[in-house]
Amino acid sequence: MPLNIDNIRSQFPALSQKVYGKQLVYLDNAATTLKPLCVIDELKRYYEHENSNIHRGTHYLSQKATEAYEEARQFIAQTLNAEFPEEIIFVRGTTEGVNLVANSFARAFLQPGDEIIISAMEHHSNIVPWQMVCEDKEAILRVIPILDNGFLDLDEFKNLITPKTKLLAITHMSNAMGIINPIRDIIKIAHEKGIKVLIDGAQGIVHTPVDVRDLDCDFYCFSGHKLYAPMGIGVVYGKKSIMQLMPPYQGGGEMIKEVTFEKTTYNDLPFRFEAGTPNVSAVLGLRKALEFINSVGIDNIRSHEDQLLHDATDQLMLIPGIKIYGTHPQKAGVVSFLAEGVHPYDLGVLIDKMGVAVRTGHHCAQPLMNRFGIPGTVRASFAMYNTSQEIDVFIQAVKKAIAMLT
Amino acid sequence: MNIIEKESAIIEEFSVFEDWMDKYAYIIDLGKSLPVIDEQYKTDNFIIKGCQSQVWIHASYENGRVYFTADSDAVITKGIVNVLIRVLSGSTPDEILEASMSYIDKIGLKEHLSPTRANGLVSMIKQLKLYAMAFKAKGN
Repeated sequence: MPLNIDNIRSQFPALSQKVYGKQLVYLDNAATTLKPLCVIDELKRYYEHENSNIHRGTHYLSQKATEAYEEARQFIAQTLNAEFPEEIIFVRGTTEGVNLVANSFARAFLQPGDEIIISAMEHHSNIVPWQMVCEDKEAILRVIPILDNGFLDLDEFKNLITPKTKLLAITHMSNAMGIINPIRDIIKIAHEKGIKVLIDGAQGIVHTPVDVRDLDCDFYCFSGHKLYAPMGIGVVYGKKSIMQLMPPYQGGGEMIKEVTFEKTTYNDLPFRFEAGTPNVSAVLGLRKALEFINSVGIDNIRSHEDQLLHDATDQLMLIPGIKIYGTHPQKAGVVSFLAEGVHPYDLGVLIDKMGVAVRTGHHCAQPLMNRFGIPGTVRASFAMYNTSQEIDVFIQAVKKAIAMLT
Repeated sequence: MNIIEKESAIIEEFSVFEDWMDKYAYIIDLGKSLPVIDEQYKTDNFIIKGCQSQVWIHASYENGRVYFTADSDAVITKGIVNVLIRVLSGSTPDEILEASMSYIDKIGLKEHLSPTRANGLVSMIKQLKLYAMAFKAKGN
């Protein structure tokens, strides 16, 4: 069903802004999306009417906030089709989620000489935490290479698997190229060899429906702020059977059963992994964002974004000297490119002046940039509220900038 | 010309631009005309590595004065370095250390001072002043 764009745009107040006197064209959605009114209103409502610390107070507000927080957990569990609500852990974002799993999983299961597999297209957030635990545990990090079109080299992936491989950590969708990985197949291959799988869903969940039981992933991490929800909230989905065997990541309040100076016993899931006061308002905002996405329909959003992606790709290809990175057709919502003889930073500075917000640079994926032998790219990324008119403005801006720079 | 006079000259140059396009076209020209750094100095020893673009700055010290050359892989960054170097190059370490650099604001490049421009003016100015400080220490 085509989206009612005017209606959708009216719910994102940030869209009506002007920058440098020009109508804002916001195409940096893969970095963070703008927020709809229902999310903004929810934050305000929480702080005006429900603000209190959860799980602790016996008083009315605390009970109300605790209820709302736990209901949000249940809602998110249902949305992801998780088996149990306690499989949903609230964290600050995908980065903290990957760090949590990396540290806790390593302590529970990783031995010297064990191997972890990642891919060449990972965001630094899904590289560095694994490097750190590998160093700590004397484990080995293996990297699945990618093909020139940006797609995973699946044959090489199979070759990398050894009896020592304990975990595969891979992105659902490349933040720098927009390529979507065939994670369902990959998970199946990994599980046949007894390898656990973590999916970095920071980008993927924004553009595709996620059913963790259908995927059969062991962990799925994502951030709220790329999903029309507030900053500073993220989710780790983890299979209960595995998470129960994992030690806490951070110590503090809420994650304990009993503390003495001799020995502390830890709380059950999910609280064991939620030390300290959580970001309650953002959890409630995340719920609202997911409800909002559901009301528009993720498949409708995807086909709208696909249209914008094709439109932008086709128009970019008509500009002489443009090269697109990530040309495999299995992609969503992101187009990453370079213009011959033009540094991405220069292009980004100039089109910013024309009111177009894109991202330039290495997109926190330096190994991927090295793979292509480039310093970075210009990345335009699309959301449900973008329009084909905005794509036209963006294309005109790119042409004008290239003319100024060459 | 001393630093103040050179700053005034640049402020005057930039005052003729009516819109951002003219200004950036000029910065791009400045970038293209920057005296290019000797290739032997385009190494990691002379690099200011940022998120967005890379800058190399080399300094030499002759007769009590500091002379800078620089380069960048991005032409706007190069133009901005040029604007900095034109003001500071040929001055004494003390003059460089005392320079307020307030002309940056007056020519409308303040946005490049923000720390989010990871390889922005702030780190370049810091590097230029560090060179001056090192030569001053050496001179004393």
